[in-house]
Amino acid sequence: MRRVTALTLVLLATVALSACGSGEDSGSRTLTWFIAKQPGGALDVLADRCSRQSDGRYRIRLEYLPSQADQQREQLVRRLGAEDDTIDIIGADVVWTGEFANAGWLRPVPAARRATLTRGVFDSVRRTATFENRLYAAPLWSNTQLLWYRKDRVDRAPRTWDELLDEADRLGDDGVVAIQGSRYEGLVVLASALINSAGTRVLDGPDRLGLRRAPTVRALEILARLARTHGTADIDTSDEDSASKSFEAGTATFELNYPFVYPAAKANAPAVYEQMAAAKYPRVDPSRPSNPPLGGFNLGVSSYAKDPDRAWDAIECLVSSRNQLEVTKREGLPPVRPDLFDRRTVKDAYPGFARTIRESIEDAEPRPSESPAYQDVSLAIQRALHPLTKLDPAKAYDDLREKVQQAIDREGLL
Amino acid sequence: MARASGPKPVLSERARAERRLGLLLCAPAVAVMLLVTAYPIGYAVVLSLQEKDLRFPGEGGFVGLANYVTVLTSELWWTALFNTVVIAVVSVAIELVLGLALAMVMHRAIFGRGVARTAVLIPYGIVTVVAAFAWFYAFDPSAGFVNGLPFVDDDKAWFGERFSSMVVIVMAEVWKTTPFMALLLLAGLTTIDESLYEAAKVDGANAWQRFTRITLPLMRPAILVALLFRTLEAFRVFDSIFVMTRGAQDTESVSILGYNQLISRLNLGLGSTVSVLLFVLVVAIAVVFTRGLGTQAPGREV
Repeated sequence: MRRVTALTLVLLATVALSACGSGEDSGSRTLTWFIAKQPGGALDVLADRCSRQSDGRYRIRLEYLPSQADQQREQLVRRLGAEDDTIDIIGADVVWTGEFANAGWLRPVPAARRATLTRGVFDSVRRTATFENRLYAAPLWSNTQLLWYRKDRVDRAPRTWDELLDEADRLGDDGVVAIQGSRYEGLVVLASALINSAGTRVLDGPDRLGLRRAPTVRALEILARLARTHGTADIDTSDEDSASKSFEAGTATFELNYPFVYPAAKANAPAVYEQMAAAKYPRVDPSRPSNPPLGGFNLGVSSYAKDPDRAWDAIECLVSSRNQLEVTKREGLPPVRPDLFDRRTVKDAYPGFARTIRESIEDAEPRPSESPAYQDVSLAIQRALHPLTKLDPAKAYDDLREKVQQAIDREGLL
Repeated sequence: MARASGPKPVLSERARAERRLGLLLCAPAVAVMLLVTAYPIGYAVVLSLQEKDLRFPGEGGFVGLANYVTVLTSELWWTALFNTVVIAVVSVAIELVLGLALAMVMHRAIFGRGVARTAVLIPYGIVTVVAAFAWFYAFDPSAGFVNGLPFVDDDKAWFGERFSSMVVIVMAEVWKTTPFMALLLLAGLTTIDESLYEAAKVDGANAWQRFTRITLPLMRPAILVALLFRTLEAFRVFDSIFVMTRGAQDTESVSILGYNQLISRLNLGLGSTVSVLLFVLVVAIAVVFTRGLGTQAPGREV
């Protein structure tokens, strides 16, 4: 018995001692940066570089989030909902700003820093960092989708969806269009790009339904035709990766996807890569420019961060031109300022289509993320339109309106 | 549960002291149980009576049973409940038959008994999420091997429609938990006295008769415990669906529905309501099994 007591005491003492070890030193602070992992390792370079440049004021520690957008958000909101003070810098997907800001998780950008953090940034990108006319984050990289096609099968890039689908008809079995049709955020990206390009919007303001009938039904008709006759075999479960794979495999002649597919094809399918060309996102209405999807990440400071001032300093460093170009070089992700598109790095990353990407970002329209209930709106769109192979445009339109309205009002289950 | 009633026995001083000591020794465990189970359940009930959404911190308040009305009038809830019941009933039924067969094999194996038992148990040792991913990739139209098998359509997108998604989900559940069922049944099987079989043989009973007249009746308690455990577990099915479809093609279970409200939407009111309803259903199943079917709680004498 006595031996057991002694042992317990020793154990307790060990635990108590080890708990004492972790003290904060006041001079330098470790800032934790939560962001989705990127394959090229650019984020590590940025974190190291800025830590070194801070002259010991701070050290940035990276904490990586999962690769899928839905899961990244879930991890973050679980922590932020619990007021976790170990998050300092938040790498926020462009669609999270409204939600996070409304929930009180993001600090507004201090007035003195607003100009430096957004000088020269694309207008469309700046809008993704703003909620109710206040700036909440600094854009780090942008992203947009292009129409990728095979030069050996198609003479010139189709300009409109009708041209694209007619061309696909002509190609018969090869006329496959690889897109993102699974029930996740990617489907919302596709649907809202089509709805925007058709000339209406999902929301007219943070809590007002848009979705005018004629253009929306037009967009849904395109989706239905696309899925029924030209989709890939797994269109109802396809995401960015599977779309890229079916293009690399030669099954698809067209693909709508982010620029990462270009280096991916170079590495995985050199023969297909040789024949790969890029064009702007197709128009719905020949007389209206298309509104391609807008992706990307912004950096904000958590409301629970212990030292916001140092965090903003770090963000100023992280979004510098040099660092944006580093991200472009290593990850193939576009910078957030149009003037950087003339740089060698960007032209090398997007040989021959750097201008197309710049114009796409200029014309891009954010998803309906001005609503703080964007997550609900997104789930509503997914539920109303999935599966694409069974989409009935007229019926889906009514369903979409009803569900999105319900989402804005935050009623019911989703 | 119910004890034979009668005149209350008078306790001696010593017995009372022992009982006090017993209660004292139990107290820490009871306190911990209350802390880790009763408190969260109680908190969920409180939340389910409120409109509470973490994304809208300024809003909300007590709304009575409004959340319950919302959930119970929602088509989604009923679809999810239907799916959950189908998955639970079908998978548990298959598991019972397979589990019984495996238990008999393990029990009767003359050589390699240890190897047989270990081999059967392997799927149960694999983390459910990992197993779900294995099944997911096996049925993936481009990467999986299933579409390469004879008589299977090369292009079959298994998770592209409801029926085939459900089939794969049920198969994954069955594969994963049949060993557990087999283990519980094996425990029941070993309690049967061999002499009963010998006596039956002497009386001229054939194998089938011995199975239906001796094995099954004597295994009833074990079977019911196994069914209870597995039904409760199957009713909370989450991992497989989360990995394979995330609830697409109307394959949501009640747990997935709750997860979506709580974790994705951060709507604590609605999410807690779904959780509370799920809790009530699970309790109801347990009561039906223990009361209605006379399952013995584990550890209690037959």
